[in-house]
Amino acid sequence: MNNLKEMERELDLSVDFAGVLLKNPITTASGTFSARESGEFYDISELGAVITKGVASEPWSGNPTPRIAEVYGGMLNAVGLQNPGVEAFIKEELPYLKQTGTPVIANVAGRTVEEYCSVAERLSETEVAMMEINISCPNVKEGGIGFGTDPKMAAAVTKAVKKVSRKPVIIKLTPNVTDIAEIARAVEAEGADGISLINTLLGMKIDVQRKKPVLANIMGGFSGPAVKPVAVRMVYQVRRAVQVPIIGLGGIMTGEDAAEFIMAGADAVSVGTAALVNPTAPVDILRELKQYMREQGFKTIGEIHEAFMK
Amino acid sequence: MKKVVWGNILCNDPIAKDVYKMQIQSSEMGPVKAGQFVNIYLEDKSMLLPRPLSICDAEEDSITIVYRIAGKGTRELSAYQAMNQIRVSTPLGNGYFIEGTALGGQIDDYSGKTVVVAGGGIGVPPMVLLARRLKEKGAEVLAAVGFQEEPFLIEELKQYCREVHVATDRGTCGFHGNAVQMIKEKRIDADEYFSCGPKVMLKALSDFCTEKRIHCQVSLEERMGCGYGACVGCTCKIKVKTNQGMEIQQKGVCKHGPVFFGEEVVWDE
Repeated sequence: MNNLKEMERELDLSVDFAGVLLKNPITTASGTFSARESGEFYDISELGAVITKGVASEPWSGNPTPRIAEVYGGMLNAVGLQNPGVEAFIKEELPYLKQTGTPVIANVAGRTVEEYCSVAERLSETEVAMMEINISCPNVKEGGIGFGTDPKMAAAVTKAVKKVSRKPVIIKLTPNVTDIAEIARAVEAEGADGISLINTLLGMKIDVQRKKPVLANIMGGFSGPAVKPVAVRMVYQVRRAVQVPIIGLGGIMTGEDAAEFIMAGADAVSVGTAALVNPTAPVDILRELKQYMREQGFKTIGEIHEAFMK
Repeated sequence: MKKVVWGNILCNDPIAKDVYKMQIQSSEMGPVKAGQFVNIYLEDKSMLLPRPLSICDAEEDSITIVYRIAGKGTRELSAYQAMNQIRVSTPLGNGYFIEGTALGGQIDDYSGKTVVVAGGGIGVPPMVLLARRLKEKGAEVLAAVGFQEEPFLIEELKQYCREVHVATDRGTCGFHGNAVQMIKEKRIDADEYFSCGPKVMLKALSDFCTEKRIHCQVSLEERMGCGYGACVGCTCKIKVKTNQGMEIQQKGVCKHGPVFFGEEVVWDE
């Protein structure tokens, strides 16, 4: 027992992400975390940071139901970024998150460049630590993924948001592209302070009994353990294309999955679908990552990066 | 804190065609409100998401769920044996409003009141714990329950209800028709109605209660992701009074519900 405590003391999971110190690399994935509801299951101050649901300039009502479908090895969602708008977020959610002491990364949604900018500008006046700009949601008709699939558009959003933001800006990329590295380079060139990837893959499920799509929106975002190899590959490719820090996500279910992303080149990771399957997954994965580090003799996150043999 | 715990399966027996009753023992379950549900986690991890199932009855350290085999997940659940362990969440959702105040009125005193618990099909199970709680609060409880053809949980309801009226769609027993038609035709009157069942039934009961100007509470169902309010997958439209007047808001079925007052629900979608 004493030996274990001794080893625990020696572990240093802290990460400097774009100048923001995270005490460990585990964060929540946007759209799968809700401050009070997730906080009913675990102490969210244990996490390195929390990434909020997408926040838009005005309230969004999202898509019609059904919005959720289970598929083999994962799930589809077509929530469509339902959110109460930036002012409600600042008034109702941020104070609760702030008192936990955990750095808050606000995910920003928009339909136009102007919308992204207005939210980023407003959030710059608050105590959010960073912003994650969602140019990759497959469930909104305008904006969203449209910006994330075109390097020029991705660069334009990054440039405009960087101009008005006084906080580090992370750009969240979509996997629904031919060359992820090209998009990553484009946003880095316009000043992105970090990159997170991957958002969901565009997917679909048909109910063959009813002969109809399961989701009201027909298509939705595919996430869960089945997408992990795609995500690890993209983190690996992007790590070799840019210098900025990376948040890796996509199907992380265990501490070893988190370590895999770190080896691929992620500086931090986000836990998404796993938290819908098991509400305490983010802290369980943190515990498992520590266990993995003890077993492997790693003392720091940097040592995990360096141990990877390409 | 809410938890996901390991429970012991005390029994898992068929009680009607494709309908099973499972009792799960766990000292960590905590208090249960009528109308709450639990997330059940399956052993086959290819079925990723938990199955939200309503609580039929509860004792100090156990809950009973009654479920119908509707797909691969519930089929797997039906194969679980007594004495096996199962992963289950502590109670989720808000349940029926029978304590405190709601809609501006005092609602925890039911003495001298007659209430009807109306269940349809696999919406009948939560009526058992609800009837029990309402009886404990002094209400005279009547049950009006409808099935396709084979009734279940009738003896359980009789423990708490003065009368149990049964309807079957196919006329195999009891009233020939659905539960709401039976309530209307047999004039099963009450001061308040509580319901769980298919949406079309809940709407019909809500319309009936609106006409009679009495409250009814309905438990809605929607396809859920997490079951605790993180994913915003299961929403419904609810009329809410604000300072600016009445507005329609999207509420999470798992988080704000699953029970709402019938007059609040936007039915015509």
